[in-house]
Amino acid sequence: MSKTIIDIDTLKREFIMGTETVHALKGISYAIKEGEFVTIMGSSGSGKSTMLNILGCLDQPTSGSYKIDQVAVNALSRNELAQIRNEKIGFIFQSYNLLPRTSAIENAELPLLYNSKVSSEERRKRAIDALNLVGLGERLDHTPAQLSGGQQQRVAIARSLVNDPVVILADEATGNLDTRTSYEIMALFQDLNRKGKTIVFVTHEDDIARFSNRTIILKDGTIISDKINEDILDAAQELAALPKEN
Amino acid sequence: MRILNLLKIAWRAIKLNKMRTFLTMLGIIIGVASVIAMLAVGEGSTQSIKTQISSMGSNMITIRPGAGMQGGVRTDPGEMQSLKLEDYESLRDQATLLTAISPQVSGSGQVISGANNWPSSIYGVTPEYLDIRVLELAEGSMFTSAEVKSAAKVAVIGQTIVENIFPDGESPIGKMIRFNKIPFKVIGVLEPKGENTFGQDQDDIILAPYTAVQKRILAIDYLQSIVASAVNEEQAPDAVEEVSAILRENHQITNPQEDDFNVFSMEELITALSSTSEILTVLLVAIAGISLLIGGIGIMNIMYVSVKERTREIGLRMAVGGKGADILIQFLIEAILISITGGILGVLLGISATLIIQNVFNWPTIVTLYSVIISFAVCAITGIFFGWYPARKAAALDPIVALRYE
Repeated sequence: MSKTIIDIDTLKREFIMGTETVHALKGISYAIKEGEFVTIMGSSGSGKSTMLNILGCLDQPTSGSYKIDQVAVNALSRNELAQIRNEKIGFIFQSYNLLPRTSAIENAELPLLYNSKVSSEERRKRAIDALNLVGLGERLDHTPAQLSGGQQQRVAIARSLVNDPVVILADEATGNLDTRTSYEIMALFQDLNRKGKTIVFVTHEDDIARFSNRTIILKDGTIISDKINEDILDAAQELAALPKEN
Repeated sequence: MRILNLLKIAWRAIKLNKMRTFLTMLGIIIGVASVIAMLAVGEGSTQSIKTQISSMGSNMITIRPGAGMQGGVRTDPGEMQSLKLEDYESLRDQATLLTAISPQVSGSGQVISGANNWPSSIYGVTPEYLDIRVLELAEGSMFTSAEVKSAAKVAVIGQTIVENIFPDGESPIGKMIRFNKIPFKVIGVLEPKGENTFGQDQDDIILAPYTAVQKRILAIDYLQSIVASAVNEEQAPDAVEEVSAILRENHQITNPQEDDFNVFSMEELITALSSTSEILTVLLVAIAGISLLIGGIGIMNIMYVSVKERTREIGLRMAVGGKGADILIQFLIEAILISITGGILGVLLGISATLIIQNVFNWPTIVTLYSVIISFAVCAITGIFFGWYPARKAAALDPIVALRYE
């Protein structure tokens, strides 16, 4: 039995908007084990952004519990949350969020700059390793402006890997990319997953969800579906099947 | 380690905006450079006033007829005849705090020798005058007390007179000069002294026995002024009191308000002049300080824009583990780096500007260590002070909001 990375129990999140209370998450429970590749789906307003913020330790639940890698997040201070994010979570965003005019290597090593336990040689080595892993070993010194969208997202993926997190959180990571590039990125995620990385992928695209091995669908703050995918598509094969571009 | 990383982060951020960083620095650079240059000019002129005055004899005391009241009418001091030979004599005999004393009468006119002539002034004095004014003889000798007594028509002349009246380079000793048609025999030449603080040529001078000047040139029997040396600079104020007391007794004055004479010491002049130049320095520094303040506001402005512009970057840094304090320190370091780099460049520019002022305009300047230290410290404080608020704002951002900021 592999260990539980994410453990959520009757989690609620409420926002107070003026006099009204908005129930964004209405008591959700699920667990994600090491090595899973989970997509969280839902239309806008379903609570998936709130879910992602809580999973990423950027936000805290109003009630219920959330444990990441056996650490209960509820009671942590702002600084302790920052440390959890630094050591246990890798973030990937829809708009990449790379530092402009900054080389791939400096972008990739960013999380380690906030970890004083890692020496500068170690930091550089891990950034280069991560960039090699995402297939950008030839472009270490390129700045985001010199890279395509897909390559920029690869730098962002390298950045999410560099601290060796227990979970990678991707927020619409293929949202800004064309189909071909999306499949390339999904192939990379599947590859990382096969190497043992736990991945939580938030998206609203059905075809993206088919590359994962479990799909959780949210609606109006509750889970309406949570099932294991029987028929997982292989992104590399799908990519090969796409009509050739000229 | 953590600070080192934050320093690295801040440095990378600064490198991304070289031009903007430089323009921000410019305010600081100009501020610091002007503080240093202004203080150097102020300090230089204060020092040069002090040295020039002491080269004139810093323990010198001057006694002049003063604006006294005669029958209710205030009189022009220049026309007053209240200083008499007896005053000189009683001061010479009674004053204990004076080492040398000389009457002084002067007239201006034309000096002529052969085909050359030159407008100058003649000073009627005693041999002690050399000690009082710290004058040295280059050649020949000073006239004697006997020559003063006999009103001998002998003269000791300054370098400017030598150059204009005896341009051939031959020694003027033993030659005759005529001052307003009265012949004088040159018996000595003074060492050159140059210009004084007020731009007056101290070598354009002819010294002769005061008796001769009184009788032959001015046809007066009173004294225009008396100059004396106090035993030392510290006792000059006491000597001024002593002189005043003696003169009051001579002139039968009981109320000091009614003094018909004025006694000045160089001490007072030094104080007056250096306080003038100190006020000037304060004003210059105030102006420079204001420009430093404006430089600081420039930093604050840019840091503000920078925080706004980099909101998403801040959100990202927080998402990957940057704590509020890390963000605060990063932006603070950026502000301090800008202000301190600006400070260093400003110090260099200030020193170069000072050298230019000194060499091109020939103004005396002194770059003092304290001006460098003060302006540098002010810079660092400016950076912290004006960087603090924007940095706080950055650190207080909510990462969720910041990440989605457009």
